[in-house]
Amino acid sequence: MNTQVTIAGVTFQNPVMTASGTFGSGMEYSDFVDLNKLGAVVTKGVANVPWEGNPTPRVAEVYGGMLNAIGLQNPGIDVFVKRDIPFLQKYDTRIIVNVCGKTVEDYLEVVERLGDQPVDMLEINVSCPNVKEGAIAFGQKPESLYDITSQIKKKAKQPVIMKLSPNVTDIGEMSRAAEAAGADALSMINTITGMKIDIHRRKFVLANKTGGMSGPAIKPVAVRMVYQAAQAVKIPIIGMGGISNAEDAIEFLLAGASAVAVGAMNFVNPYTTVEVIEGIEQYMKRYGIETVTDLIGAVE
Amino acid sequence: MAQKKKLKATIVSQKKIADQIYDLWLETKLAKNAHPGQFVAVYPHHESTLLPRPISICEVSEDRRRLRLVYRVAGKGTAEFATYGAGDTLELLGVLGNGFPIEKAKSKQVFLMGGGIGIPPMLELAKRLDCQKRILLGYRDNDLFLQEDLARYGDVYVATEDGSAGTKGNVMDIINAHGLTADVIMACGPMPMLRAIKKYAGEKGIEAYISLEERMACGVGACLGCVCKTTNVDSHSHVHNARICTDGPVFEAREVDI
Repeated sequence: MNTQVTIAGVTFQNPVMTASGTFGSGMEYSDFVDLNKLGAVVTKGVANVPWEGNPTPRVAEVYGGMLNAIGLQNPGIDVFVKRDIPFLQKYDTRIIVNVCGKTVEDYLEVVERLGDQPVDMLEINVSCPNVKEGAIAFGQKPESLYDITSQIKKKAKQPVIMKLSPNVTDIGEMSRAAEAAGADALSMINTITGMKIDIHRRKFVLANKTGGMSGPAIKPVAVRMVYQAAQAVKIPIIGMGGISNAEDAIEFLLAGASAVAVGAMNFVNPYTTVEVIEGIEQYMKRYGIETVTDLIGAVE
Repeated sequence: MAQKKKLKATIVSQKKIADQIYDLWLETKLAKNAHPGQFVAVYPHHESTLLPRPISICEVSEDRRRLRLVYRVAGKGTAEFATYGAGDTLELLGVLGNGFPIEKAKSKQVFLMGGGIGIPPMLELAKRLDCQKRILLGYRDNDLFLQEDLARYGDVYVATEDGSAGTKGNVMDIINAHGLTADVIMACGPMPMLRAIKKYAGEKGIEAYISLEERMACGVGACLGCVCKTTNVDSHSHVHNARICTDGPVFEAREVDI
């Protein structure tokens, strides 16, 4: 049985990754998960300088999911390079660094700093709904997405994944813009903008008023978008959004994803990633599937 | 620190001890290494409620096989917990956070201050501290809980907001009413109480260790949901934020900007 997948020339031992922002840089979950078993660790977004993030409350539970408005708090690239990358290097897993910024220059600075680092791929966050500048502003118009993608591609030494927002009218159009600008892969979906109101206090639950929704409740939206994007482009897609078990992950593969990422469910069950990997193997055994790539886009 | 685990625990007993306040004993391996001021995250069974609920450790049994949690029903998850009884199981993630620094109290005069649902962690703390303890408890009204348990480990003083028992007012009013003094404070309670304690400790030049709370998701320091503002740049985050779940929930009052 072969569980390997290859994305933009990078081979992963299995198609299961962590979704950015839900796994730190792996340190906090190494008590629960043998990181050597993962296809890749996708780190929390890192910017050129430290970011304080948003005021609290930053998280809220909603029916079948959660809202977050962390605001991309991060220690900045200097600390990240000294602390987080050496930590991840100790493990036999691929390293994908999620990059965020307020301006194109911010992104480029981080991308350039990572050029000589032992990092397998870059994931560019142009879809965080919780920061006022940058991020999603680059990911909601095809022209802006094309522009930032092509600028990053000029500087990047590693293959580039553009992480797309579900908060758009036509995901096919956005996917084509990223592909046309030279993106090596896409990942989707980031969180869906949501809101929760405390009716007793008549106040917003999150200090940021809005937050990104994640968790099992958003999975059907994510599967649909992965399918639409897979119809629109030839570059590989990393699918995510509410994956809580192997069945969910396999849905994404069948819809056209070449790999998947576990996000909010890490917070609920810290063993989710490993359970998904084992569950995919069981599924392959059950249906006599030799290689996991046979599942990619295999929905009829 | 002991490795964190997610595992199933069996309910030994549960009873209501005050309005909306429940007293739950669980048989769990997590009890072995539990420290006062730490917490566990408890999972509701209903699938719509995904995130575990952080609940402070009230007491650890002598044989270190059972944990006592005293919690308030505050929403869907805790309302579900209140329906369970002996023999039912709950999943726990734990033990989480850093507890109170017991060594700081050695041969000192200590105030243990608990307000409302901040009272429960004071019990295991009172048990473990071997020093002169004054236990100051603030309640809304005379629907008191845990004050008899606490009285076994130190001198208990009660305040109620409506004056129906003890000193009228809050825990700070107890200090004034009885002319009490201390070298160290250890406290858990609502934010206005903790702010008052931070101010008082600052004025008196004494150490205060306060336990904070915030909306949490992961409980293990990954999601950065439950941060508090810090006085100086935090050594992990490299910004003025510390993670309450992992760097706390207990902080020296001077370290945090509350």
